[in-house]
Amino acid sequence: MTDAKDKEAKAAGDEKRLSIRVSEETVQDPFEGVDFSELELSLYRPRTLLSILLSGLISCMTLIALVPLFAVLWMLLWRGGHKLSLALFTTLPPAPLEQGGGFGNAIIGTILMVSIATLITVPLGILAGLFLAQALKDNKLASTVRLSAKVLTGFPSILAGVFAYGAIVLTTGGYSAIAGGIALSILMLPTVILTSESAVAMVPARMKEASIGMGATGAQTVWMVLLPTAMPGILTGIMLAVARAAGETAPLLFTALFSNYWLTSHGRLNIMQPTASLAVLIYNFAGMPFKNQVELAWAAALVLVVLVLVINLIGRSFSKQQIEL
Amino acid sequence: MATGMLPNADHNANVPAGGAVAVHHKPEVIMDCDIQELYYGTFRAVRDTKIPIKRNSITAFIGPSGCGKSTVLRCLNRMNDLVRGFRFEGRVKYRGKDIYDPLIDPVAVRRYIGMVFQQPNPFATSIFNNVAFGLRINNYKGNKTEKVEQALRRAALWDEVKDKLQQNALALSGGQQQRLCIARAVATDPEVLLMDEPCSALDPIATRKIEELMLELKKRYTIAIVTHNLQQAQRVADETGFLYVDTSGGGRTGYLVEFGDSKEMFANPKEQHTKEYIRGEFS
Repeated sequence: MTDAKDKEAKAAGDEKRLSIRVSEETVQDPFEGVDFSELELSLYRPRTLLSILLSGLISCMTLIALVPLFAVLWMLLWRGGHKLSLALFTTLPPAPLEQGGGFGNAIIGTILMVSIATLITVPLGILAGLFLAQALKDNKLASTVRLSAKVLTGFPSILAGVFAYGAIVLTTGGYSAIAGGIALSILMLPTVILTSESAVAMVPARMKEASIGMGATGAQTVWMVLLPTAMPGILTGIMLAVARAAGETAPLLFTALFSNYWLTSHGRLNIMQPTASLAVLIYNFAGMPFKNQVELAWAAALVLVVLVLVINLIGRSFSKQQIEL
Repeated sequence: MATGMLPNADHNANVPAGGAVAVHHKPEVIMDCDIQELYYGTFRAVRDTKIPIKRNSITAFIGPSGCGKSTVLRCLNRMNDLVRGFRFEGRVKYRGKDIYDPLIDPVAVRRYIGMVFQQPNPFATSIFNNVAFGLRINNYKGNKTEKVEQALRRAALWDEVKDKLQQNALALSGGQQQRLCIARAVATDPEVLLMDEPCSALDPIATRKIEELMLELKKRYTIAIVTHNLQQAQRVADETGFLYVDTSGGGRTGYLVEFGDSKEMFANPKEQHTKEYIRGEFS
């Protein structure tokens, strides 16, 4: 008997030591006498009214901001839409006073020069972005490169053209698709560098740790973990840069100039000759006093906008693929 | 990417399926950890910690937060090398070789001494690719599918994922992700597995599964585990080291207070600090 009692007492003692004590005095209801009708929504209260007014204001402002965008699109469809036909994509630009014609060579030229620019930009941009993301915080080279890239994103595009004119056109002795591609790559590079950096930096540190912990070398970690995980973000950045480059005019004026002919001569592609592009075609034709040319400029503008839109949509689809990490 | 830059990268590749079962039954120290001083920059994180880890046993590190148990664990496969300002005095002997010898390649060390982290950290790719990762980095030439199945079976995950090996690993539950990480770690047949609070992000059922798995895995591997959960250490560990924080002199330096057989330590702790910690009397 006494044994059992002892045990009980001991257990009670243990419990007392281990349990957290809670005071037992009763607290008066602090909400006594509060009028809970205030919980109901009422327009007569100033803060509710203000909230509704501000919501309305924001909606209005958003609509106003969208007006220019849709006005441009509507204008393009209205002025350029009726001219759309298959012939636009397969024929050469018309001479003055000539009827019909199209801008097949300009579409190919734009695609060619943007491709050249992408080929230059993608490896350089991704590697530089990788370096920036992996460099230590106090790395001088990294902070210089990052600052330069940020400054370059606001670089006036005409300067890229003037630079490529001096560096490429004058040294190679003529306007060319290569010179145009290089000028465009100068504009694309900062975007690709910065988006690659942020995409790689967003890969969770624990994935890198997992890779290193498995006995992967630095190169294997980058190649098999960091880059594949960051790839959707990197591709989005590349697509944004491509979309921007496709619409640039100024850098091409000094570098690729324009041409009324196909890029192929005797069945072979020649990238060292003046090359047409949609943007420069619009610039040239929109100011001409001939109705046919002006209409073609509108149609080309519509095609260019659709092209840029499609590239943007592809870019967005990549970013949607990004899995929540 | 071509791998195999390491002379011993093929070690794991040559182990036949299921051939890594250790035949040594007598407990033998496979890793001898002797940390004299461990610094992060000027901060002395750990001092005077000697822990011998025996083959095919589970060694647990317990202690209050900030006592350096994870730091000690990460010393054992040189994961701390990634931390800037890390400085280490002492030695960690693995099979008689000091892994902090300047002639030792830390990458090769990590291939023999694998790691499972606190947060499940699968790669953002398919279940299959996650497990095959170690095989790929080692340029494994044999049958990957077989090896992946074997690893997933050892991690007690095969039955749950066998029909969705191509699914993204991030779609698995937390407990499944952690077992996937264990499968990834054992796919290359390491000799030692370090586990840094592997259950702290998991619910009790997943925790129980991982604990059962650890007891199964120790037949084949040697395990060192950091845990906050005293019951867990009692349930799974053969030997336990208790670390405590020394705040004298202004710093927060962890050190080993007591090390020994788990049952013995939990039943009769010798040191005052251990007693207080185990009984939950901590201030």
